[in-house]
Amino acid sequence: MAHDPGSHEHHSHDHSHDHSHDHSHGHPDHGSELSPMELRVRALESILVEKGYVEPAAMDALIETYETRIGPRNGARVVARAWVDPAYRARLLADGTAAIRELGFGGRGGEHMVVVENTPEEHNLVVCTLCSCYPWPVLGLPPVWYKSPPYRSRAVIDPRAVLAEFGVALPATTRIRVWDSTAELRFMVLPMRPEGTESLDEAALADLVTRDAMIGTGLPGAGGRA
Amino acid sequence: MNGGQDLGGMQGFGPVAPEAGEPWFHAEWERRVFALALAMGFTGAWNLDASRAARESLHPGEYMLASYYEIWFKALEKQVLARGLVEGAELSAGAALVPPAPVARVLQADQVAPLFARGFPSDREPPGPARFAVGDEVSAKTINPTGHTRLPRYVRGRTGLVERVHGAFVFPDANADLAGEAPQWLYTVRFSGLELWGEESDPGLTVSVGAFESYLEPARRAAA
Repeated sequence: MAHDPGSHEHHSHDHSHDHSHDHSHGHPDHGSELSPMELRVRALESILVEKGYVEPAAMDALIETYETRIGPRNGARVVARAWVDPAYRARLLADGTAAIRELGFGGRGGEHMVVVENTPEEHNLVVCTLCSCYPWPVLGLPPVWYKSPPYRSRAVIDPRAVLAEFGVALPATTRIRVWDSTAELRFMVLPMRPEGTESLDEAALADLVTRDAMIGTGLPGAGGRA
Repeated sequence: MNGGQDLGGMQGFGPVAPEAGEPWFHAEWERRVFALALAMGFTGAWNLDASRAARESLHPGEYMLASYYEIWFKALEKQVLARGLVEGAELSAGAALVPPAPVARVLQADQVAPLFARGFPSDREPPGPARFAVGDEVSAKTINPTGHTRLPRYVRGRTGLVERVHGAFVFPDANADLAGEAPQWLYTVRFSGLELWGEESDPGLTVSVGAFESYLEPARRAAA
């Protein structure tokens, strides 16, 4: 399930493909090979490399790191551990950065982690209205929708409608708590463990945890937009 | 600044459009922009807050319509020009024409894994005691800085509750101007939907922001 082709979480296995023609989701300039953007980027890159400010091998290492090593499976492992280990869960909620580091994750974009827990009474939703702040070490780079105006504008004023667009219908009695990432704190949602999962081990539980469940726009193992 | 980036509470952008099977990058040039921005950020010619300020200073119409890596690219071009690392004629020519300016560091491939696994923490020694405590009612000031700020418009003038005190952090408004880090206490302040959006708001909604001490003052009035 970690690489369910219906999921929008799959990543590392197909990163060599050029996706520039595969997507039409209303964002201009995602680029065809001969686009003006492509030409401008190539020009700037060659200048910066030629002047010695940028090492091409370092660029390759950055791309490789964020395309193949860092993604929401990291966060899913954190969530699954918290589900099976109450002491870990307590540490995670008290000091997210340190508890996530216990599992070997951390660094750029996750220097100061705050983990917030969903309950039947309260559902958490994470947004960055001002840019694209997102917990890279546990979720990877953010999806386009997270960085785009529809989500950034509406998550804080009409989150229930936004959740409905993700197929998440919460009970009317469940309060919604939105975290706007306006400082260098990065937020990850600890979703509720789904019912009927008592027999699953930690690895199987991690497979239920979607990226969206850790942003708050999904629920774990809930099918639909899982 | 009250720029195109300050989107919270705006309307009219339409529904959120998640993409099934979304790749990390949608085109090769996006990969290159991502890596260029991170590598150039390491040179010390500017900092993360200055990069955000450069993105936010795009024309609001351009900001709202551009794809995210297009915004990154245009801001990167502005920054290399502003810091004297590249000249306009070089961009036009697509080639280096003058000798490079000195930079503090150049990121090497073998530095990427250890540096990015460690990260770049922005917590600092507190400049003094915290002015506010958990449970305090505070108002976000009504301010309209023309430079970089991380206080979104939708909370300005509103009253909320201090819910967490996080310690001192680099103050983005100063750091973006390369004027020093000027650390300040950082708080989580929680506002009710009623307070932010009025009577039509979802009664079960609260919204928290990370707010620096100078953004806040003792509550001017009770929160809704």
